[in-house]
Amino acid sequence: METPVLEFSRVNYIYHTISCETVALQNISFKLDKSEFISFVGPSGCGKTTLLNLVAGLIPVTSGVIKIGGRPLEDSPLNIGYMLQKDHLLEWRSIYKNLTLGLEIQHKMDEEHLHIIDELLKTYGLWEFRNALPRQLSGGMRQRAALIRTLALSPDILLLDEPFSALDYQTRLNVADDIGSIIKEKGISTALVTHDLAEAISMADRVIVLSKRPGTIKAEIPIKLSIENRTPKTSRNAPEFNTYYNQIWEAVQDENKD
Amino acid sequence: MRIKTKKSNNIIHNTHRRDRQHQHNVIHHSIPIKTSKHNKSCTIAKQSDSPRKTDDNKKNSLSPAQLTYVRNIRKKQFMIRLYQLLLFVGFIILWEYTARKGIINDFIFCSPSKLFATFITMLKDGSLMHHIGITLYETLAGFAIVIIGSLIVATLFWWNETLSKVLEPYLVILNSLPKSALAPVLIVWLGSNKTTIIVCACSVAIFGSILNIYTGFVNVEGDKIKLIKTLKGSRFQALRLVVLPSNVPNIISIMKVNIGLCLVGVVIGEFLAAREGLGYLIIYGSQTFKMGNVLLSILILCAIAMLLYLILQKVEKKLSGYF
Repeated sequence: METPVLEFSRVNYIYHTISCETVALQNISFKLDKSEFISFVGPSGCGKTTLLNLVAGLIPVTSGVIKIGGRPLEDSPLNIGYMLQKDHLLEWRSIYKNLTLGLEIQHKMDEEHLHIIDELLKTYGLWEFRNALPRQLSGGMRQRAALIRTLALSPDILLLDEPFSALDYQTRLNVADDIGSIIKEKGISTALVTHDLAEAISMADRVIVLSKRPGTIKAEIPIKLSIENRTPKTSRNAPEFNTYYNQIWEAVQDENKD
Repeated sequence: MRIKTKKSNNIIHNTHRRDRQHQHNVIHHSIPIKTSKHNKSCTIAKQSDSPRKTDDNKKNSLSPAQLTYVRNIRKKQFMIRLYQLLLFVGFIILWEYTARKGIINDFIFCSPSKLFATFITMLKDGSLMHHIGITLYETLAGFAIVIIGSLIVATLFWWNETLSKVLEPYLVILNSLPKSALAPVLIVWLGSNKTTIIVCACSVAIFGSILNIYTGFVNVEGDKIKLIKTLKGSRFQALRLVVLPSNVPNIISIMKVNIGLCLVGVVIGEFLAAREGLGYLIIYGSQTFKMGNVLLSILILCAIAMLLYLILQKVEKKLSGYF
């Protein structure tokens, strides 16, 4: 069996404030396989973002082990891309210069990488806007630009922290569809965090339900839809969609009752 | 008069340009903007939001209502300029008239014609330019030190939170202290020379400047820093790529305040410790009842303050396109 690209085993995370100590994540174990898409859902404050921050290495685990590509987090051979809630395009840089930000930081401004950006720009309809400033783009375009900024570094693992929550409903469906297809096509292993159950199901191969604080894994539900050419949009029309929705809804509700 | 009208038009253009930057897509009755750069940015914005494209055509073929609206706005602006000019001219005429009729004592209050004569004499013997030069030099030197110094200190504070926590209360105290109280101390310590006056200028502006720039640095959106971290950027890169550039507008508006404060500091210093400069001219003139010198110096200080402010405003406008 292939080594999973991301593996959590018994991970705990505790954070401290002057007044108290809070267990944010407790005993989290899961695996993310190559080209797999996992969605994490759960009530707000259940430590979903914390989980992604741990993977990105922004904060250290309190105990437990995170392995990336079978190796410890610190010397993982894989690239991790992280997309935040808002696009955070820098307003004073042109779109193109925003997209090369990651390359600039990692001193990878070479032909090869710049070529990747050019291709992505052309594929996702932003080529004419490369010299525009971010404020001249619509919300959906900005979010796509943010995705290209992340993809420019050719990530093996993609972390999405409610990347569509700042968009209006219609744009949100479209952008989710676009981004979902891009990820599928490139076969990037992805972890999505969201509070929108329908979004979670429509995009994922597996949904993991987290409990209220301290966040523990409450349920793990593989999503198998009997439709061809599955995209986030078409998924919503699958016959099983509602069943999954209700199942996950109950798992989350359950939690709220305790 | 023609020049005046032109200028007032300019102002309308500018204010509207500002509006536009914030709300590209709202087409309201407004003056057509001819700047090519601006037009370009507008078109791009339109393409991005196709549903709102519909009423764009209005802009090109101006409706009568639009024309009337534009005309009214221009007229209003023109009238404001006219009143401003009339107020100034009226004041000068009244001053000259009352001085000539002996209603006010022109030995104490001077008069526009006397003032002008003093101006010409001092311009001819070169003393005026000398004093202006000294004051300008001291102001600009102080200003440069304030910019560089406060940027460095604010950056250090941002870098090291402990340092900023330790020093902040001291800065707050120094900032609220009336700086004119420091000037005599500086003279005793540093002597009566240009250095003292430059230090005096710095002392007026620098503490507030550090605190304000630091506040701007700290208020940078946390997630923007997180973005740099997720791209594996260092703290220095966060500073260079996010914190500094996002603070450029803030820094410039702080500088607009500082240039005025530096001038205040220089004049205080020259009052107490100088043998040259406009501040010295004021003090010396008032003691020897050369009111022409005093009032002329004050007028020139006004002009310098305005000029420096306008230069910074120009810089700000240039940069605001990028930030």
